[in-house]
Amino acid sequence: MSTHSGDDARYTTYLPGGHHWSLRLRRGTTLTLTAREADTNVGLLCYNPENLLERLNLPDTLKAQHTFKLTRGHCLYSDMGRIFASIVADDLGWHDSVGGNLMPHHLLAKGWQSVSYQQAHNAWTRTGYDSFLVELAKYGLGRRDMAANLNLFSRVESDAQGRLRYVPGHCQPGASVTLRLEMDTLVILHTCPHPLDPSPDYPHRGVEIALGTAPAPTEDDICYRSRPENARGFANNRLYHLGL
Amino acid sequence: MIIESNQRPENAVSRTTVEAGDHYIGIVRAGQTLRLLDLEGNQAADTLFFNAHDTAERYSAMDTLREQGEVYLSAGSKLRSNEGRVLLTITADTCGRHDTLGGACASESNTVRYDLEKRHMHSCRDNWMQAIADHPEYGLTKRDITHNINFFMNVPVTEEGGLTFEDGISAPGKYVEMVAEMDVVVLISNCPQLNNPCNGYDPTPIELLIWD
Ligand SMILES: [Zn+2]
Repeated sequence: MSTHSGDDARYTTYLPGGHHWSLRLRRGTTLTLTAREADTNVGLLCYNPENLLERLNLPDTLKAQHTFKLTRGHCLYSDMGRIFASIVADDLGWHDSVGGNLMPHHLLAKGWQSVSYQQAHNAWTRTGYDSFLVELAKYGLGRRDMAANLNLFSRVESDAQGRLRYVPGHCQPGASVTLRLEMDTLVILHTCPHPLDPSPDYPHRGVEIALGTAPAPTEDDICYRSRPENARGFANNRLYHLGL
Repeated sequence: MIIESNQRPENAVSRTTVEAGDHYIGIVRAGQTLRLLDLEGNQAADTLFFNAHDTAERYSAMDTLREQGEVYLSAGSKLRSNEGRVLLTITADTCGRHDTLGGACASESNTVRYDLEKRHMHSCRDNWMQAIADHPEYGLTKRDITHNINFFMNVPVTEEGGLTFEDGISAPGKYVEMVAEMDVVVLISNCPQLNNPCNGYDPTPIELLIWD
């Protein structure tokens, strides 16, 4: 199913569970994330490195594509009407747009008692919220800059009455998703658990990361064609790369 | 959930009409009640809240929806901050449902949703930019303009994960009322959108009422 399996990967690495990272990715790069374990979660934010005030805007992303979930064919929009990345391959069929971040109060409520670094070393129990703050600070960004994030690999669905439900077992080992960067993007990631994850203990579930390259999308590209809005999003990127 | 209020307009300490396409910024103190009244019906009020004493703490759609376990806002909803605290609680609602997923209109997103050449139409995000430019005393900048509430808007989520924009379920005289749990800055754009049915293609005024 994956069209970019990582075979052409220029760099591969592993981000352990409960950790965070940020990467500046060039336009035309692919980022393939592969889960090793069930119910992996990857929090994701995007910023424009040329203008850090331009950032992932999930409301604009959802309403432009009339969707609550994200999967293959969808694009991730900035608040400036441009596409940071498109989802060109996906084994999951649903990535969460509503769950937000694991917060310190969740650790207490879940009985995921935080453990000291002296005890835990690299198995320290961090929150997604603090993980983003750490990475954001490296670029001069802080609390005010933390936009609503995507939770890759996780599924939170709504029933007919609007009640939300986290779906355990949605992500299975080996499941992968590939983003193709449509403009230069600062990608901020964490592998902290989803705030609705019902695990009895803080789960440390990491993700394989493979960076590759992809040819520029054409007008028969699945993301370009999936909605007329996306053709206009790609048109905005084209204007941006012309210097507008 | 439909819950009517006992508050009487003649007892309000403040009444402000926000004209169609206009904006409002102000403070509601802890314990005060704020009502947004849809005067002519089918209007969308794009709203942001901030902790008045630390505006980096602000309304968070995701924290609000996740913690209440429901995707729509109505009476009983606790409007939570990005730090998990309750900013306001909705205590009365004659509309029944309000959206917080769809975000605000912007000239930039209008180019994607409608046409590249519609970038010059009026929008909520431009309204907010005007408000924060006119009122530097609140210390707000573009970084603070985030995922908002669309009072009176109806954006149903399907079980398959679709998002649809339905005609408003609001009508003349419908309102939503909330009690502030801390001092909050209220920033509202009374949506000027002319390209979709969120305000019936005919933006109209709303009224803000505050009781002690
Ligand atoms: Zn609007």
